Amino acid sequence: MTTEHLTTHRAASSGYEDLPRLMSLMTGDEKHDAAATSTLDVVWVLYDRVLDVSPASIEDPGRDRFFLSKGHGPMAYYATLVAKGFFPEEWLPGWASYASPLGQHPDRNLVPGVEISSGSLGHGLPMGVGTALALRAQGLGSRVVVLVGDAELDEGSNAEAMALAGALRLDRLTVVVVDNASTSYHRPHVIAPRFALEGWRAAVVDGRNHDEIETALQQRRDGRPTVVVAEVEDR
Amino acid sequence: MRDPRRTFAQTAVELVDQDLSVALVYAEISGQWLHEAERRHPDRVVNVGIREQLLASVGAGFALAGMRPIVHTFSSFLVERAFEQVKLGFNHQDVGGVLVGYGGSVDVSAGGRTHQSPGDVALLDTLPGWTIHVPGHADEVEQSVRLAVRGDGREYVRVVGQQNRESFPVRPGRFHVVRRGAGATVVAVGPVLDAVLEATQGTDVTVLYANTVRPFDGAALRSVLVAPEVVLVEPYLAGTSSRLVADALVDVPHRLLALGIGHVELRRYGSPEQHLAAHGLHAAGLRRGIGDFLAGGLRNAG
Repeated sequence: MTTEHLTTHRAASSGYEDLPRLMSLMTGDEKHDAAATSTLDVVWVLYDRVLDVSPASIEDPGRDRFFLSKGHGPMAYYATLVAKGFFPEEWLPGWASYASPLGQHPDRNLVPGVEISSGSLGHGLPMGVGTALALRAQGLGSRVVVLVGDAELDEGSNAEAMALAGALRLDRLTVVVVDNASTSYHRPHVIAPRFALEGWRAAVVDGRNHDEIETALQQRRDGRPTVVVAEVEDR
Repeated sequence: MRDPRRTFAQTAVELVDQDLSVALVYAEISGQWLHEAERRHPDRVVNVGIREQLLASVGAGFALAGMRPIVHTFSSFLVERAFEQVKLGFNHQDVGGVLVGYGGSVDVSAGGRTHQSPGDVALLDTLPGWTIHVPGHADEVEQSVRLAVRGDGREYVRVVGQQNRESFPVRPGRFHVVRRGAGATVVAVGPVLDAVLEATQGTDVTVLYANTVRPFDGAALRSVLVAPEVVLVEPYLAGTSSRLVADALVDVPHRLLALGIGHVELRRYGSPEQHLAAHGLHAAGLRRGIGDFLAGGLRNAG
């Protein structure tokens, strides 16, 4: 873990309005299309208003965990971690180069604050089930929030996780599905009912509305895992 | 003699009873011995159902939160079906875990190819850093599981029904010298030892025994080598450890015979003994294979 960097870079002071500039350091573009920013608002609200985690607590067993399962297109995630002080802004321009710790898919062993190494789809939610079980087994009050894309739900491993989390009443587990209707066989309004059938509490929100996202992501301990479908512009 | 699979289950249950940081994740298989522990520790002993991708990833998720997972089902589903989950959940995340597979290459002989996993060690060999246990006795199963859970690395324990008459201490990375001779060296891995000893009776060979095969004890092989002739006898795909013999003897001109389960699908049912015989791994087959090899010599290429 590169704790050295944590102490040398400037204190976190950036806000939501800085994210486009931070993303531009990676993309070189002034403006970003909807695909590049599909996760931006959800990830920001999680780190700004919901999760109990900070650069000071990334080794704390009782911290909240965020698993970015949909590892591709991580610019918004990296920008948010910079804005919240997990690693220095100076890392962004060289991203995806040989010397950079920032890849096109994030690696938890290279980037402070990144909880899982992802890229191959369908791994984050199943691992999140294991981590949520471990938090419960250890009597920790913290939670796991997993972000998946709507097309990522094509992977059958998610169906396995969905069923078990409902059966085991894993209320420490929350899934956010960022839904930009990108799956090839898209049928509207099926994601939330699929989770609900397996015993999850399900909510559908506007994936650009910070207050709606925040309200839906508040943790409730009622014996049910939570899914929040965050709808954004179609890809 | 204890049953190896049941010994694994009893050992695993003892470990979860004693240590709050140990989790046991399984997928229906062996549930008959794990249900009671599951009732005592519902948060740490978890049956995921018939969901092997989830099985491996849940184990990794436990490890990500600092616990020590034991992950169990048939080897064919644990390593082969869920291989990417093992690769990414454990190696790529860089967390530890103990995978315990049952069935190996021939235990479910009457069940056919679907439940046989002769490629498990070769597959795990594509990933760095796994300690691979191939116990040839129920006592070795217990030792291996205890050692593996006590550590914090990535460990695979390959539990099978076939057993040798005697057990040996489990010392990962160390082979045992069972017999010394002036001729070739035979490396017997796990449950094939008794057949190897019977097949080589009356011949002047050295016999090494490996109940852990990764790390491969190349130093032991070098230290006992007299004649530059090596026979590997492995209870999974033939040739799985050949490259490690080549590495150990990189500066020694030598001949190598690699015996094990053949690559061609047998498409037979029947007993484990019949399958071992079909692959030449019973005493008569080994005597023939090793005898032919030792009777031949080096030929000039071309």
